[in-house]
Amino acid sequence: MLTRNRLLAGTAALVALSLVGPAAAQAPIKIGELNSYKVFPAFLEPYKKGIELAVEEVNAAGGVLGRKIEVVSRDDNGNPGDAVRVAEELLSREGAAFLIGTFPSHVGLAVADFAKQRKVLFIAAEPLTDKIVWDQGNAYTFRLRTSTYMQTAMLIPDAVKLKKKRWAIVYPNYEYGQSATAAFKKLLKEKQPDVEFVAEQATPLGKIDAGAVTQALADAKPDAIFSSLFGPDLAKFVREGQTRGLFKGVEVFNLLAGEPEYLDPLKEESPEGWYVTGYPWSELKTPEHTKFLNAYQAKFKDYPRLGSVVGYATVMSAAEAIKKAGSLDQDKLVAAMSGLKLITPFGMIEYRPIDHQSTMGAYVGQIGVKDGKGYMKNWRFVDGKDALPSDADVQKMRPKN
Amino acid sequence: MTLASILIQLLNGLAAAASLFLVSAGLSLIFGVTRIVNFAHGSLYMLGLYGAYSLIEFFGRTPLGFWGAVVLSALAVGLVGILIEVLVLRRIYRAPELFQLLATFAVVLVIKDIALFTWGAEDLVGPRAPGLSMAVEIMGRRIPAYDLLLIAIGPVVLGLVWLLLTRTRWGALVRAATQDREMVGALGVDQAKLFTSVFFVGSVLAGLGGALQIPREPANLELDLAIIADAFVVTVVGGLGSIGGAFLAAIIIGVAKAFCIGIGTVTWFGFEVSFSKLTLVVEFLIMALVLVVRPYGLLGKPQAAQRAAEPAPRLQVPSWTFALVWLVLLALVPLAADRYTTILLTDIVCFALFSVSLHFIMGPAGMVSFGHAAYFGIGAYAAGLLMKRFGLPMEAALLLAPLVAGLFAIVYGWFCVRLSGVYLAMLTLAFAQISWSIVFQWDSVTGGSNGVFGIWPSGWLADKTAYYYLALVLCGAGIVFLWRVLFSPFGYALRAGRDSPLRAEAIGIDLRGFQWAAFVLVGALAGLAGAVYAFSKGSISPSSISIAQSTDGLIMVLLGGVETLTGPVVGAAIFTWLRDVVARNTEFWRAVMGGVILLIVLLFPQGLVGGLKALVARWREQRA
Repeated sequence: MLTRNRLLAGTAALVALSLVGPAAAQAPIKIGELNSYKVFPAFLEPYKKGIELAVEEVNAAGGVLGRKIEVVSRDDNGNPGDAVRVAEELLSREGAAFLIGTFPSHVGLAVADFAKQRKVLFIAAEPLTDKIVWDQGNAYTFRLRTSTYMQTAMLIPDAVKLKKKRWAIVYPNYEYGQSATAAFKKLLKEKQPDVEFVAEQATPLGKIDAGAVTQALADAKPDAIFSSLFGPDLAKFVREGQTRGLFKGVEVFNLLAGEPEYLDPLKEESPEGWYVTGYPWSELKTPEHTKFLNAYQAKFKDYPRLGSVVGYATVMSAAEAIKKAGSLDQDKLVAAMSGLKLITPFGMIEYRPIDHQSTMGAYVGQIGVKDGKGYMKNWRFVDGKDALPSDADVQKMRPKN
Repeated sequence: MTLASILIQLLNGLAAAASLFLVSAGLSLIFGVTRIVNFAHGSLYMLGLYGAYSLIEFFGRTPLGFWGAVVLSALAVGLVGILIEVLVLRRIYRAPELFQLLATFAVVLVIKDIALFTWGAEDLVGPRAPGLSMAVEIMGRRIPAYDLLLIAIGPVVLGLVWLLLTRTRWGALVRAATQDREMVGALGVDQAKLFTSVFFVGSVLAGLGGALQIPREPANLELDLAIIADAFVVTVVGGLGSIGGAFLAAIIIGVAKAFCIGIGTVTWFGFEVSFSKLTLVVEFLIMALVLVVRPYGLLGKPQAAQRAAEPAPRLQVPSWTFALVWLVLLALVPLAADRYTTILLTDIVCFALFSVSLHFIMGPAGMVSFGHAAYFGIGAYAAGLLMKRFGLPMEAALLLAPLVAGLFAIVYGWFCVRLSGVYLAMLTLAFAQISWSIVFQWDSVTGGSNGVFGIWPSGWLADKTAYYYLALVLCGAGIVFLWRVLFSPFGYALRAGRDSPLRAEAIGIDLRGFQWAAFVLVGALAGLAGAVYAFSKGSISPSSISIAQSTDGLIMVLLGGVETLTGPVVGAAIFTWLRDVVARNTEFWRAVMGGVILLIVLLFPQGLVGGLKALVARWREQRA
C-alpha cells in the first residue's frame, strides 16, 4: 500500500539521489601536478607516494565539493621551458583546476611567473628559493615548504650559542646554496658581529671535488663549517672530511642533511654531532604524524621520507583550498589559500596572507649513529612562523601587486 | 697557499685524474677506430659503479671481495659494451657520419632507466676499500691512502694499454685502423671483430674507471652525464686517439680543478675573485685555449683523410606547392585544434628553425657543432634582457636578439673555422659552455641559475594563437631563407668546401671566410629561434644554453636525416611531439623514448626523411 510515509521516504530518496547521484557521477576535480621526477628521483619517488596517499584519503572522506579529486602528474624534465609547456597542457587539455608541484628553484620560479600571467593558482611544493614568495612573489603563487631562509634561520640559535669565530662555508653553486650562504652570513653577523668567514667554496652541483674542497677548508683552519650540500655531494664531502680529519674539533652545520633522503645513504658513516635540519620520522609521536605514518606504512610497506610529507601536505592544502573556496573560480581559490590553515603531519600550518609562505616548520637537531644507521638526536621542532623575518622586512622585499 | 697545501692539492688533482683518464682512454680508443662519438660511454662508467656496489655487497667487504668486485664489474661492463656494439652500432656503421651518435644517445636513456629500475632512486654509498680506509700523513696533512693508490693506477693502466697497442698484433691493427680504417678493411682484416673487441676494451676501461671510484663516489643516476662531457674534453685536449695525450690532459684538468679550489677566493685590486666558482667551467676554458693554440690537441695528429664511402646525395628543394600546402595546413591548425596543440606547435616551430640552422652548418657546410645552443640561448637571453633591463619594447627586443647572437657567432666562429671535424665540434661546445657558465654566474644581469622572468609578449601577441602565427611567420621565413641560401653561389661554395676543401681553395674560394659567414648566419637565426622561444615561455633559464639543449638539436637533425633538407624540420617535430606524448603516459618514459629512437635508428639509418625517400625511390624503381 502506498502510505504517506512510504511516499515521503520514496520522495526523499529520489531527492537524495538526484542530489548525490549526478554529483557522484560527476567527473573528478583534476589538479595539475608537475615535477622533475627523473632529475631528482630520490626525493620525488617518495613525494609521489605522499600524493597518492593524500588523494586516497581525500576521496575516502567524500572528496571535495561532492566530487572526487584526481592529481594528474607530468614530468617537467627539470627544464623551465618544458615546465611551462606541460603546465599549459595540464590547464588547457587536461582541464586541471590549478597547478601544484615543482622541485628546483628555476623551474618553480618559471611556473610561478606563468601562473601569474595565466591567473591561476599555483602551490609550489618543494622549491626552497626565497625569491618565490619574496623578490619574485606574486598574487597567484603560494609555497608550502620551509624555505632556505627559514631553515637557515632555524640553525642560527645553535650556531650563535657555540660562539665560534672562524667559519668556513661550502655550498652547491646555484640559487639554493647561494641564498642559504647569504642568509647564514647575514643572520650570524647580526647576532655575532665579530664572526669571521675564512673560506668559501662554491662547488658545481653533483660534481664536488670533495678531496680538494676538504683540503682547502682545512687550510683555512675554521672553528666551524656551514654547508648546504645534499645528495651525492654531501656523501662525498662527509667521507673525505672524515678520512682527512677535517671535522675533528670543528662544529658542522648542514642544511637538509637530516632528511632521510640524504641521511640514510650515509649509513654507519653518518657524521656524529652535525647540526642539521631534517625529519626524524621514527621518533615523532604527535597524533597527526602517527596517523600519517601508519597510513603510509600500511599502503606502501615503506617508511616515509621528507618528500612523502611534502607531497601529502601539498595535496591536502589543495583539497582544503577548494573546500574553503567552495568553487573552482581562481580568484576564490587564491582568496581561500590566503590565510588557509590546515593540519599536516608536521602540525598546523598557515599560508600567510602577507607573503603566501606556509608556516610549515622543520626539525632541527644533531646527527647520531645507532645500529649502523644515522638518525637525528636532541631534535626539536621549530615552527615556521618563528623563523621568518619581520613583516616590515617581508613587505620591503615583496613587490606590491 | 702554503707549500704543503700546494703539494696536497697536487695529489688531490692527480687522484681525481686517474678515473678520468681511464674513462677517456676508453673513449679515445673507441673513437679512434670506429669514429663513433659514443655518448653512452658515461653510462658505462655509471654501470661500473653500480655493478661494483652490488658485487661488493654480494662478496662481502673483504679485500678479495672488493678487488674481485672491481675487476668483475669492469668485465661485465665490457660485455654490455659488446652488446651495444653488436645489437645496435654494427647495424649502422654505413649510415651518414655522426648518425651513430643518435643511437648512443638512445642507449643513454635506456641504461639510465634500467639503472633506476634495478638499483632504485636512492644514492648508494659504497664501502671504503678494505685495508686502505685510513689516511696517510704527508707534511702534516692527511690524504686518503686510496687516493695514493689511484695515483699509481693511472700510469700502470697507461703502461698496460701502451703495451697492448704497441706489442700485440691486436694493437697494431687498432693503430692501423685509427689511421686508415678503409685500408685495414681492404687488407682483409675482419672489421666487425676488430670493432667489437675495441668496444670491449674501451668499455672495460670505462667500467674500471667507474668501479674504482666506489670508495670516493656514491653510485647515483646523474653520473653518466656528469662524466661524459669531461671525458670528451680530456680526449680532445689530449688529441683524439692518443692515449698518452689523454693521460696528460686528465692530469692537467684534474690538477687545474684542484688548484682552483685550493686558491679559493682572492682579492685583486679590491675585486673579489672566486676561483672555486671557476670549477664550473675550467675544463672548457682549458679546452678552448688548447684548441686555439694546438688545433689537434696536445699530442694528437691531423686526422687522416677519410674517404667518403658515398658522396652525400644532392639536396632537393621542396617545391613551392609542397611548401604552400604545409603552410596552409599549419595556418589552419589553430582553427581546428585545441589551445594546447597551438602551444606545442609553437615549440615545434622554434625548434624547427633551431635544428634547420644547425643542419645548415653541420650538413651542407660540413662543420659539426656540439654547442649550437649557445646561439639559441644567447638569442633568448638577449631578447629577455633587452626588454627587462633596457626597457625596449618586446617587438624591438625580438628583432634585435638575432643580431646579438650573430655578434657572438662572429667571435666564436672566427676561432672555430680554423679547426675541423670533432675538434671544431668540441670548440663550439667549449664556447657554449663558457657562455653558459657566465650566464649561470652573473646574477646581477642574467639572474644566475634562476634566469629571467616576466618576459611576456606585448598585448596584441598575448593570445597563444596570435603568437603562434608570429612564430610561424618568423621561423618559417628563417627556414625558407636558409634553404634559399643553400642554393645560392654561397651555398654551393660551402658544399664545395665540405666535399673537397683543397679543390675549393684551388678554384679561388675563400673557404674560411665563407665558413665564418655561415657561422654568423646560422648563429643569428638560431638566436631568432631562441628569442621566439623565450617570449612564448615568459621566462628564460640557463637550460636554454646548456649541453642538453645542444644535444636536442643534434638529435632532431639526425632523427630527421642529415642528408635531406626537410629532415631537420621533421626531426624537430617528431622529437618534440614524442617527448610530449611519451613523458605524459609512462613512468619509465626515458627508456620508452630511447627504445623508440633506437627503433627509428635501426629501421631508417638515413633518418626518417632520408629513409622514407629511399623507400619511395625503391618503390618507383620496382614499378619502372
